[in-house]
Amino acid sequence: MPVPEPMEFFIDLGRCIGCQACVQACTECDTHKGQSMIHLDYIDRANSTQTVPVICMHCDSPTCAEVCPADAIKKTADGVVQTARKPRCIACNNCVIACPFGVPKMNTGMNLMMKCDMCYDRTSVGKKPMCASVCPSHALFFGTRDEIEKLRPRSRSIKQFQFGNQTISTKVNMMIPKDAGNEQLDVTAAMDPAKVDGNVVDDPLMANLQSE
Amino acid sequence: MANIPSDPLQIIEKFGPHLARSSGRRLDGAIQPDNVVKTHCCFCGQQCGIQLLVKDNEVIGFEPWMDFPFNQGKLCPKGVKRYLQGSHPDRLLHAYQRDPSATDGFKPLEYERAMARVAEEIQRIQSREGNHAFAVLSGASLTTEKAYLMGKFAHMCLRTSNIDYNGRLCMVSAAAGNKKAFGIDRGGNPWSDLLNTEIVWISGANVAECAPITTDYVWQARENGAKIIVVDPRIHPVARTCDLFLPIKPGRDVALFNGILHLMIENDWLDHDFINQQTVGFDEVAAHVSDWTPRKTAEITGITERAIRQAADWWGRAKTSFLMHARGIEHHSHGVQNVLGAINIVLASGRLGREGCGYSTITGQGNGQGGREHGQKCDQLPGGRDIANPEHRAYIARVWGMDPDEIPQAGVDAYEVFRKIDQGEIKGLLTICFNPVVSLPDNSFIRRMLEKLEFYVAIDFFLSETARYADIVLPGSLQEEDEGVVTTAEGRVIKINKAIDCPADAREDWRIIQDIARALGREPGFTFKNPGEIFAELREASRGGVADYSGITYDKIERQYGVFWPCPNEDHAGTPRLFEQGSWNPVAKGKGRFYFPDGKARFNVARYTPPAEDIDAEYPIMLTTGRVVSQFLSGTQTRRIGPLVDHYPEPRIEIHPVLAERYGIADGDWTTVESRRGNCTLKAQVVKTIRPDTIFIPYHWPGQRSVNQLTIAAQDPISKIPEYKVCAVRIKKATGAPEYATQLEPQQ
Repeated sequence: MPVPEPMEFFIDLGRCIGCQACVQACTECDTHKGQSMIHLDYIDRANSTQTVPVICMHCDSPTCAEVCPADAIKKTADGVVQTARKPRCIACNNCVIACPFGVPKMNTGMNLMMKCDMCYDRTSVGKKPMCASVCPSHALFFGTRDEIEKLRPRSRSIKQFQFGNQTISTKVNMMIPKDAGNEQLDVTAAMDPAKVDGNVVDDPLMANLQSE
Repeated sequence: MANIPSDPLQIIEKFGPHLARSSGRRLDGAIQPDNVVKTHCCFCGQQCGIQLLVKDNEVIGFEPWMDFPFNQGKLCPKGVKRYLQGSHPDRLLHAYQRDPSATDGFKPLEYERAMARVAEEIQRIQSREGNHAFAVLSGASLTTEKAYLMGKFAHMCLRTSNIDYNGRLCMVSAAAGNKKAFGIDRGGNPWSDLLNTEIVWISGANVAECAPITTDYVWQARENGAKIIVVDPRIHPVARTCDLFLPIKPGRDVALFNGILHLMIENDWLDHDFINQQTVGFDEVAAHVSDWTPRKTAEITGITERAIRQAADWWGRAKTSFLMHARGIEHHSHGVQNVLGAINIVLASGRLGREGCGYSTITGQGNGQGGREHGQKCDQLPGGRDIANPEHRAYIARVWGMDPDEIPQAGVDAYEVFRKIDQGEIKGLLTICFNPVVSLPDNSFIRRMLEKLEFYVAIDFFLSETARYADIVLPGSLQEEDEGVVTTAEGRVIKINKAIDCPADAREDWRIIQDIARALGREPGFTFKNPGEIFAELREASRGGVADYSGITYDKIERQYGVFWPCPNEDHAGTPRLFEQGSWNPVAKGKGRFYFPDGKARFNVARYTPPAEDIDAEYPIMLTTGRVVSQFLSGTQTRRIGPLVDHYPEPRIEIHPVLAERYGIADGDWTTVESRRGNCTLKAQVVKTIRPDTIFIPYHWPGQRSVNQLTIAAQDPISKIPEYKVCAVRIKKATGAPEYATQLEPQQ
């Protein structure tokens, strides 16, 4: 019998419509009902409707775990970085400050760091994570590599990110345009306007607006 | 006297809107549900499949329904949080009557006494003023069984002409345009046809916020090689990454379509065989668009000639295409002309009725399609039949067991009902599933008219802003408290399944209607024991009509994940794609693919006229209105769901920085918008994603936050849809926060 291809998480930021279905659905997960582990924000609403959902990227060497003085953050054998263990977490906020993606949240009421565990309770019984199940635009997608390659012929996935001098490899994939040359995303460089190039139309509305 | 009997703040304190949030067992992940009910979301026209988790007659959460083919588990935030409308503190649990002495204006009333009072008032008004003096306003979020029953109740029990519904403010321009061009009013294609098309053209549809799941179809089309053209005054989330964005001036869509057809003819991008063999009227339309040159089109539409030529080039040369539109082109005093203009460029391309070739409006309301087919429209009888047609009247009279002459003639549209109250012709009103105080334009007029009524009875599950004016309020049912069918934007008939029982003295809407008939002593025809019995009669009533449901059964819907109408017999699988060669057509009877006796589609000259109220020196800015993703329609449900209100708590004025700077308005400033009908003070949101001559305000809020204080009651002469999408306003920076900001919560 062939071994089924593993399911992976793919994020396609270009598809996000900012609807917050993922944020709302995350609060319906049985293990942390009422709390969303997803961050979703406008990048620059004055100029664009672009929004970005941030889920845990599940790093191969999780910075959050590395900086944890209490060794409270564990990674499962299949690479899922979990919420801090309650008996160990000392609510020091090191992980919150250190995570390059800004994922962990401190639940001050519970004195516990909480973060996305890729719906371990759901994926372990064959269900998809809540956010990727509901996402209307499939900016968040959970499936096999084979599926995503068929569905997104114009894109390919990467799982390496550069933050200054730190290179991070992740379990979660990010979709980028197929013809983009890079094998990793230089996140800090992308935040520097001087280093951004490409053929981005500055203002698609004004460009096609007939002047009176 | 139906005026609000006391201080609105007291009514709000008693009846809300208050916010529901997850608590108790809804927060307890360890609780196992008693029942998992496969059903559909209660909100928009996509009707996504969803599973509701039920414990002790309460919906405690949801689970995605991955197998339902349309959405495959996907849901927008409204669908995710919809369950919080149940067990709500604002839920109406018994009947109320107005009580001027009560601080909150109402006192509870025993259900049977409420029935007696309603019957007595209907009889009093009808015997003194005639049957038509009592009007019924219904809604397109009701199941088709209920919509059918409302039409039958008005026409057979009350014998009033005056029934109409809130689809009048939604899809009627598309419906009228489709009937003129195709002889049928239904979205032409399943959305799966989007996936194999070269061009997706989206005019006046904020797909990401108003039909969020459709986004995935549009973007999958793009992955498969399609180019996306978006026409809109705003860069909405789908427009952000489209291949060509045409920033049209509000109200000028027909001009653009005429300009595109002009270029199609000039470049011979036409399907001559299709035009010659399967359509009539092309020559007249061609002559009409001959002076719609790119230059003239650019001047009128406010889009550059270059962008117009690019759109025509892509559209003209394509082998396959799918054109979609929504309220953006339909909500106009010439909404039908806009729709006909869109249909003309589709017909000229010949790209219809085959795989990857489509055209559809994106229906807005939950049962926007089914709710407009079976007789609650003022000029209609079940099966999409025409109330003025003697044969249609005779058929329905037979089904109903009455004389055809006893069926009233066509009544007036929903807005005209209020004008007839003003003129003293209508004295009594029953509403269900309709909140005109929030949703109709120029709503201070609507409030005055409600005050003028002699008697007003409202059926609702929450006390809507309109129901506050009622003399009697009857506690109806939430969607999850009843069963029945609805028809989606694709034309797919699907089944809503009951998850829980109505609480306390509340009951299913169809029972309430039948109880009124009984109290009136006019019970025959209103003795259905369940929705299944109503559906059985509806199938018969629709048999042989264009909207033929006669071959649809609840079982078949479940088996096939829905049945696309027309479905003329039980062996028929349904009709996912209209206008295919050989598909069932009771009008053309084999002569052609369209629903006219000769089987041919109609080109219709689509005339441009400016908006009813164009801008001038006094009111120099265009106002357009629409929706946000976290709210639905008049907000009766979604303004009671805490997490949805948190997402976008109150309306803001979207304004371009160029315009904002001219008036000294910064992001977040309180800003007053004023039209000839009223004014409204809200916070500004300064964004580059809107034309600099236009401002946008979403409409889901009541009272002083309501943009419909400003909108104009101009209507399309054919469809009677109001012109929500453009009127003239002026703006100024406000001196400070308005009084409501400190008195009311955002959703109130």
